[in-house]
Amino acid sequence: MNAINVYKQRPDAAQGESPLYHAGLHELAGKGPKHAGVSLREKKLLGHLTLRGDADDAAFASAVEQATGLALPAALAVVSAGDQSLQWLGPDEWLLIVPSGTEFAVEQKLRAALADQHISVVNVSGGQTLLELSGPNVRQVLMKSTSYDVHPSSFPVGKAVGTHFAKSQLVIRHTGEDTWELVVRRSFADYIWLWLQDASAEYGLAIEA
Amino acid sequence: MLHIFCPHCGELRSEEEFHAKGQAHIPRPLDPAACSDAEWGDYLFFRDNPRGIHHELWVHAAGCRQYFNATRHTVTYEILETYKIGEKPRFTAAGGAEPQAVDQGVTA
Repeated sequence: MNAINVYKQRPDAAQGESPLYHAGLHELAGKGPKHAGVSLREKKLLGHLTLRGDADDAAFASAVEQATGLALPAALAVVSAGDQSLQWLGPDEWLLIVPSGTEFAVEQKLRAALADQHISVVNVSGGQTLLELSGPNVRQVLMKSTSYDVHPSSFPVGKAVGTHFAKSQLVIRHTGEDTWELVVRRSFADYIWLWLQDASAEYGLAIEA
Repeated sequence: MLHIFCPHCGELRSEEEFHAKGQAHIPRPLDPAACSDAEWGDYLFFRDNPRGIHHELWVHAAGCRQYFNATRHTVTYEILETYKIGEKPRFTAAGGAEPQAVDQGVTA
């Protein structure tokens, strides 16, 4: 056993503020154009856990699957079940996203399953947020923003890449035919929000609560 | 814009996602305290500057954030191959495989 101090980073009594709290997205919801080409929704205050370990170690892979119900994805893949998702970030690094408020329990469960292994689990929920873009023109917005090829032939559903976006860097996840997710770091959230408003203006941007 | 093959992501990615990190294959002296000043200085500060084949360390900074090695021709900027840390290069100044555009390293 190790002596890592695992604690509940956001107590139930605390009012969490997402990185886009200041933008007042809930006030903008429903005020956009009727037939918007792009809809934006912040999946705020979810539990984000960074998991590191040896992918070639069968004990590690099976323990992760046992604790999360999700098999370790291969390179550039994201797998999901219900409201949980597990994404490949690097050859020894994954991002587990779980429903808001469950991250503490999930972290403890992972630590119990992976006890005695050479691993790392870090709760990074406060450091990043998830933006969901949906609609027929999302791909055009992405094409304006990144040099990565977002055509379905190179970026099918279930793929996730870290790349440059605007003048920043983030992770793009293709979760549905017209649905994409951006994993945005807290300090870049305002910049990305402003960029997305500008980039989607010509298609019409609707905010969903 | 170059396309560079990341051996961890397994696909060609845009050059702007990468940073060059200098010469590769520089082993740290096993016992630094036993080095002479000249040997230690050579390890810390002195790097090759060849005209031709050069083995370099690169990092996929915006993607998987992993380091890997690349064999690059310093005259043509052709990246002949990329390979993981710990692997041996196929192309060396002494010879080796015929330089050609392969899927794992793309011409300028």
